[in-house]
Amino acid sequence: MAQAIAFYTIAAFILGFAVLVVTTKDTVHSVLFLVLDFLFVAALYVMLDAPFLAVIQILVYAGGIVVLYLFVVMLVNLKRPPEAHRDPHRLTKLGFGLAGAVLIELGAILVSGYMKTPAAVVAAPAALPVSGNTEQVGWLLYTSYLIPFEIASMLLLVAMIGAIVLAKREL
Amino acid sequence: MITPTHYMLLSAALFIIGVIGVMTRRNIIIIFMSIELILNAVNINLVAFSMQLHNAIGQVFAIFVIAVAAAEAAVGLGIILAFYRNKESVNIDEMNLMRW
Repeated sequence: MAQAIAFYTIAAFILGFAVLVVTTKDTVHSVLFLVLDFLFVAALYVMLDAPFLAVIQILVYAGGIVVLYLFVVMLVNLKRPPEAHRDPHRLTKLGFGLAGAVLIELGAILVSGYMKTPAAVVAAPAALPVSGNTEQVGWLLYTSYLIPFEIASMLLLVAMIGAIVLAKREL
Repeated sequence: MITPTHYMLLSAALFIIGVIGVMTRRNIIIIFMSIELILNAVNINLVAFSMQLHNAIGQVFAIFVIAVAAAEAAVGLGIILAFYRNKESVNIDEMNLMRW
């Protein structure tokens, strides 16, 4: 019961802040709502027995990425807000239509998922030699998923160089 | 009792909000934030299934998604800055230099 109350509260906050992120006119307010949204998603990860990921979410998303967004919002000093400019060729209704199509698609997947009998529970995974959430994630990252881990590090390096090249005025 | 279906519904709703943001807003910074919302929706799904199946592989993939999101934010915001320097605008309707 307590779990249900916690879930519905967190879910309401996540969806409410997400709507505010998308609808707010002021970009700075939108970024701040995004921080709150990320914090509630971190709370959801704690509910889902993933405390390590919750901390990563707060450090990387709420701490790093959002600060990056704030810097860019401060740097681009908008004299005329983008929403004031109306492009006659813009198809906002088509946008809502396509979003509705995605919604229908997801609904169809959920309904067809209910129709099927649930698959047999997957066999218990091979027990890891360590216990504890952080230890398990670290064990998997450094054994089974070592190559993807290294590729992710290369991706971050390339993104760092790319961001510097793009943002620098002249090299 | 909260089942993985509840988490999937929450994730789908968050995904739809992100898609609506991408489709309807003109400010490219808000569009990037909507993409972050979409990636978060995917992460919620991965972690919910990770709990359901009692192994940590879903969380490992969520960490990879976060790494890719960080890279995407860095490069995307660099592109926004470069575009703003040329056109003094972050309106996607004016981003038509490469339109054929």
